[in-house]
Amino acid sequence: MDQTFLAIVFGPCDKCSKNKPLRPVSVKSEQRSYCSLCVEMMATEGLHENETLASLKSEAESLKGKLEEERAKLHDVELHQVAERVEALGQFVMKTRRTLKGHGNKVLCMDWCKDKRRIVSSSQDGKVIVWDSFTTNKEHAVTMPCTWVMACAYAPSGCAIACGGLDNKCSVYPLTFEKNENMAAKKKSVAMHTNYLSACSFTNSDMQILTASGDGTCALWDVESGQLLQSFHGHGADVLCLDLAPSETGNTFVSGGCDKKAMVWDMRSGQCVQSFETHDSDINSVRYYPSGDAFASGSDDATCRLYDLRADREVAIYSKESIIFGASSVDFSLSGRLLFAGYNDYTINVWDVLKGSRVSILFGHENRVSTLRVSPDGTAFCSGSWDHTLRIWA
Amino acid sequence: MSGKTGTTTNNIAQARRTVQQLRIEASIERIKVSKASADLMLYCEEHAKKDPLLMGIPASENPFKDKKTCILL
Repeated sequence: MDQTFLAIVFGPCDKCSKNKPLRPVSVKSEQRSYCSLCVEMMATEGLHENETLASLKSEAESLKGKLEEERAKLHDVELHQVAERVEALGQFVMKTRRTLKGHGNKVLCMDWCKDKRRIVSSSQDGKVIVWDSFTTNKEHAVTMPCTWVMACAYAPSGCAIACGGLDNKCSVYPLTFEKNENMAAKKKSVAMHTNYLSACSFTNSDMQILTASGDGTCALWDVESGQLLQSFHGHGADVLCLDLAPSETGNTFVSGGCDKKAMVWDMRSGQCVQSFETHDSDINSVRYYPSGDAFASGSDDATCRLYDLRADREVAIYSKESIIFGASSVDFSLSGRLLFAGYNDYTINVWDVLKGSRVSILFGHENRVSTLRVSPDGTAFCSGSWDHTLRIWA
Repeated sequence: MSGKTGTTTNNIAQARRTVQQLRIEASIERIKVSKASADLMLYCEEHAKKDPLLMGIPASENPFKDKKTCILL
């Protein structure tokens, strides 16, 4: 499924004529396409008639009030109440089936290959390793020029990986099966941010990458040319995580940040279409529900939450008084009934998404759980930890 | 209250962006939580049988679970 972003959002700006990503803009009631710099300049030109800073602020306040009112009108019931008639889940027995050892320092991120078997992981020690999770063998390894490789992702084809961190970049490495493979030599720098890279993900193809950064923005890049296709501005602080909507639901993604906000973006226009601000602290992880109609978040406020996109509100909180450490990463089981969440207290809690109750607590890691993903066919999930290891659970 | 100082024009730009963003967010169509919840539950129900972590699958089908060896007495 080809997404021709280049044709839609890139071209000569109607104001300055430079070739840049463009945004639709209304100038004196006419439609124009301006680059983001010219949009900014237009916005900073003086006050319009009847407009004062005070009037804008009061309009903002009244709009916020209206939003709350509209959301409240539809809040007729709680999810867990509707879910009372669903059968309760039985006991779960999940154990560590494999332990992947080899990183020299904290594991910060991991991702599954579509073949449901290979895993890429990245660490504070600068190493990025590709593993065969069935045999625990290391298939590829590369050392990055920076420490704290906070993000890594597997390409849909399985033929490349992307990673980055304190180098402020996202680089792509093709994977070969040559005997004396020199991965570092084939490195391609794709994304450039002005602060650390916190998350990255390929879109439906190997051709585009979505990144999130400590510089407060997300961005979409063309891998081949390294060109910026679209940028996403709106977070008031570092963006820590992102997740792409399942392909059937269209071109959106969700991001979470240190501003406690989760924002849903339209990839074509760069526009934020919905935002949610109910967490009390940084949002470390966001993940779409498999149907694409909702997403879960994990936060430093020790809770995970479920937001329904069509109801436009938070519909569940997964928390317990005994859980006081932040949730670092979340993912759903294949049907969306279970939510796996890794915490800074070294545990993994398994939640019943519909009823809101915890169904299991998994021990094993000897330090913070920093990353967690369910395998593409849902047979297992992998967790990475500051204890230098990754574990496969089933 | 002149609009000529740098910070004031920045504030105006910021406030205008905020108002524009809020207008977009306020205008989207929403459904009731009861309907949204019912749909989430329906999805879970429809896909439950194919969810290995939920249903549990036999060791022979899960590449990660160890297959038990037979002991001949």
